Amino acid sequence: MKIFIYIAVMALVTYLIRVIPFAAVRGKIRSQYLRSVLFYVPYSVLAAMTVPAIFYCTDDPLACAVGFAVAVLLAFLRKSLITVALAAVAGVLSTEGILALLGMFS
Amino acid sequence: MAGKIRSAYLRGFKDGLPTGLGYLSVSFGFGILAVNLGLSVAAAVGISATNLTSAGQVAGVRIIAAGGTLAEIVMALFVINLRYALMGVSLTQKLAPGYTLGHRILSSFFLTDEIFAVASANQEPVTPAYMYGLGTLPFIGWSLGTLLGAAAGEILPPLVTAALGIAIYGMFVAIVVPPMKVDRGVLLAVTIAILLSCAIYYLPFLSFIPDGIAMIVCALVSSCIVAALRPVREVEE
Repeated sequence: MKIFIYIAVMALVTYLIRVIPFAAVRGKIRSQYLRSVLFYVPYSVLAAMTVPAIFYCTDDPLACAVGFAVAVLLAFLRKSLITVALAAVAGVLSTEGILALLGMFS
Repeated sequence: MAGKIRSAYLRGFKDGLPTGLGYLSVSFGFGILAVNLGLSVAAAVGISATNLTSAGQVAGVRIIAAGGTLAEIVMALFVINLRYALMGVSLTQKLAPGYTLGHRILSSFFLTDEIFAVASANQEPVTPAYMYGLGTLPFIGWSLGTLLGAAAGEILPPLVTAALGIAIYGMFVAIVVPPMKVDRGVLLAVTIAILLSCAIYYLPFLSFIPDGIAMIVCALVSSCIVAALRPVREVEE
């Protein structure tokens, strides 16, 4: 029941932000400062959500760091969202595989 | 008239195909993450079908998993999704004359980064039928991908599930990095945001700050600083 309330609140907040300006606002936001803040928000929020959380998305920070490095490199080369996301997964899996192999021989 | 509406819907439907395919794979990552964080499959799909947004949903499930409050959820989603307000305002400038209030209220649900980008790229005015068409496949892809990801999260071996959890962060990287190359302001905003979020995470006297609040603080402080240093000249579409 509690989770239902949380989901409903998430949906409501997201929808209200979408509908109110789209339904009501006719002109453009005139404040250049406010427009600039809104322009930078998505990038800064995604960056803050990704680092450092990405290093702890599995139990092995090294594997995550490799996945992150692969993602940054491919993103730098302008690969598509899917390619970058899957390559990060591959980076994590292959690192974990190599570490497991090394563990077997040592 | 009916034929015109139908063809506009179909045109939007086709324009939504790449976004729908992209959402299918990205929301797979969200489904995995949600289940990894302890949510049920139904909850993960419920969130995707009613929210249709990536960053806000990840923030939301992280706050839920951490036992955060409703106030934290409201504040985090408000800040993270604030960009939709800007996009909504921008898109109103492109709407066809027959775009009634009722259609605005319904179709605003589909306002995501990608749908906004595709709709804005249109030469002719945007009609309601086109917007509904444009939203159809992304909505299906987003919900279905979440279902598949969450279900996979429950059956795949933990090692694979954990590795797939990085997928959604990989997508965030793919969104953020390309504009960093060409826009100094974005580069600066990302750098400040990362420094702040690491400070909150690693410095013992700051680590009491809840996840949701930390994201808001990082995003707002960074954006407000950079907006003053490097104001945006045009509203970018």
